[in-house]
Amino acid sequence: MGTDGDPVAGVLEHAYRDEWSAVVATLARRLGDLQAAEDAAAEAFAAAARVWPRDGTPPNPGGWLMTTAWRKAVDQLRANRTVAVDPEQFPEAGGETGDGVASVGGDDQLGLVFACCHPALALEVRVALTLRFVAGLTTRQIAAAFVLPEATLAQRLVRAKRKISGSGIRFEVPGPDRWAARLDDVRAVIYLVFNEGYAASGGEQLIDTDLCEEAIWLGRLLHRLLPEDTETAGLLALMLLHHSRAAMRQDPGGGAVLLENQDRSRWDAALIAEGTAILDAAVARRGPGPYQVEAAIAALHAAAGSFETTDWPQIAALYGTLARLSPSPVVEVNRAVAVGLADGPHAGLAILEPVLASGALTGYGPLHAAHADLLERAGLAAEAAAAWARAERAMGNAALQRELHRRRAAAAGSE
Amino acid sequence: MKYALLIYGAQLVPEALDAETRAGWIEYTRAAKEAGILLGAEQLAATDTATTVRVRGGQRLLTDGPFLETKEHLGGFFLIDVPDLDTALDWAARMPHTGYGTAEVRAVRTGMPWQAALG
Repeated sequence: MGTDGDPVAGVLEHAYRDEWSAVVATLARRLGDLQAAEDAAAEAFAAAARVWPRDGTPPNPGGWLMTTAWRKAVDQLRANRTVAVDPEQFPEAGGETGDGVASVGGDDQLGLVFACCHPALALEVRVALTLRFVAGLTTRQIAAAFVLPEATLAQRLVRAKRKISGSGIRFEVPGPDRWAARLDDVRAVIYLVFNEGYAASGGEQLIDTDLCEEAIWLGRLLHRLLPEDTETAGLLALMLLHHSRAAMRQDPGGGAVLLENQDRSRWDAALIAEGTAILDAAVARRGPGPYQVEAAIAALHAAAGSFETTDWPQIAALYGTLARLSPSPVVEVNRAVAVGLADGPHAGLAILEPVLASGALTGYGPLHAAHADLLERAGLAAEAAAAWARAERAMGNAALQRELHRRRAAAAGSE
Repeated sequence: MKYALLIYGAQLVPEALDAETRAGWIEYTRAAKEAGILLGAEQLAATDTATTVRVRGGQRLLTDGPFLETKEHLGGFFLIDVPDLDTALDWAARMPHTGYGTAEVRAVRTGMPWQAALG
């Protein structure tokens, strides 16, 4: 998609990323139909590609695109009148010519985000919709990121658009009584995209950096639209802080580098500074929540000069808070690791005991890795080797498996 | 938008309902009526009284029993008119049986050619 110094192509590419989602959002709200919105937006951008090189870039590219897209949409509606159409669906299809059509902006985009993340849609559908219509990725890009055939992804999107218009999911910001739950749903989608990029659950590569950056882009958008929401800020801070380590989490051979072995001087200081500042501002607003706690833990790692000098007691305390706010066996595993480092391996093993006994996370690699590490430090080599073996079997990611294999061999003394 | 709230459950035989559940349905119906959203509602006879009809190759085939032999059966439905899916989902969740049964929510299509015959 190089522009070769062509200024119009450059503006169009820029407009695509910035404006496409906003144009789709406003159209979707008015038409109640994401497919129609997508089609009209596509026609408007195609028209720009034809007209702007000829007539020059308009002074307000976004406004031009929105006006053109709305005209295309109205034309299509008129053409469709041969088929029965529910007039209630187009309250503003009447006289709007489009000069005042500079999108309501924030509200329309928020409405699109909430619609794409509606809980009546399956989680993988919400992810696909959000990446396609809010982040503006192509079907091919999304399919590649999740290692799916493009046709599968395309079909998923087709059904999703039909479900939205067929079931009456509105492109609107939810009312106060539904707000908190629906916003949780939105954050969950963004965080899922980030986690998929952070430690790809299958396949060879450990990190799909593009997905992390898309998730951060979405997080920034949500934070801009909802500047006072502390958990949204917490999520953004968390992602920035995690992502600051991206360059250092893989060695040149593609192997996983654990936290304790990473060269911290190469962590991205700008991301750390930004994440920490956003977190501090959120905490000052006094609206605590699990994302902020997780971000605080990440900030403590980022602030520590080394694994050994990390403030483990504070991290252990924060995991205790997280266990209260958002209890789960996974949180207990992380808490056990932190306590193991703050108070010694036996203290950590004591916390891990109930999780192992419950069988809740038998297939969860990090549980066995944590268990193995604590056993090893407690001097229980044989048990540790067995736990490393379980960890290696459980991990789906080849890069992590190689690292675990190395630890198992070292513990068994065969290297 | 019109929605059908389809009521599925394993134990929807009327005689088996206890007084509390019956009161729950009366209360629910009253609430829907008072909210002005109720277009209709029916409770169906027990599924073992159902007959399934198909026509294949010009022949009418009858089966004794419901369409699907499943653990949960269609017991009835409410027809409501509310602004959006979220509101329909709220009303579905309020139905007394959802704690142990299932509700299916589907929009009703409007403006279909066959509806012209409704007059």
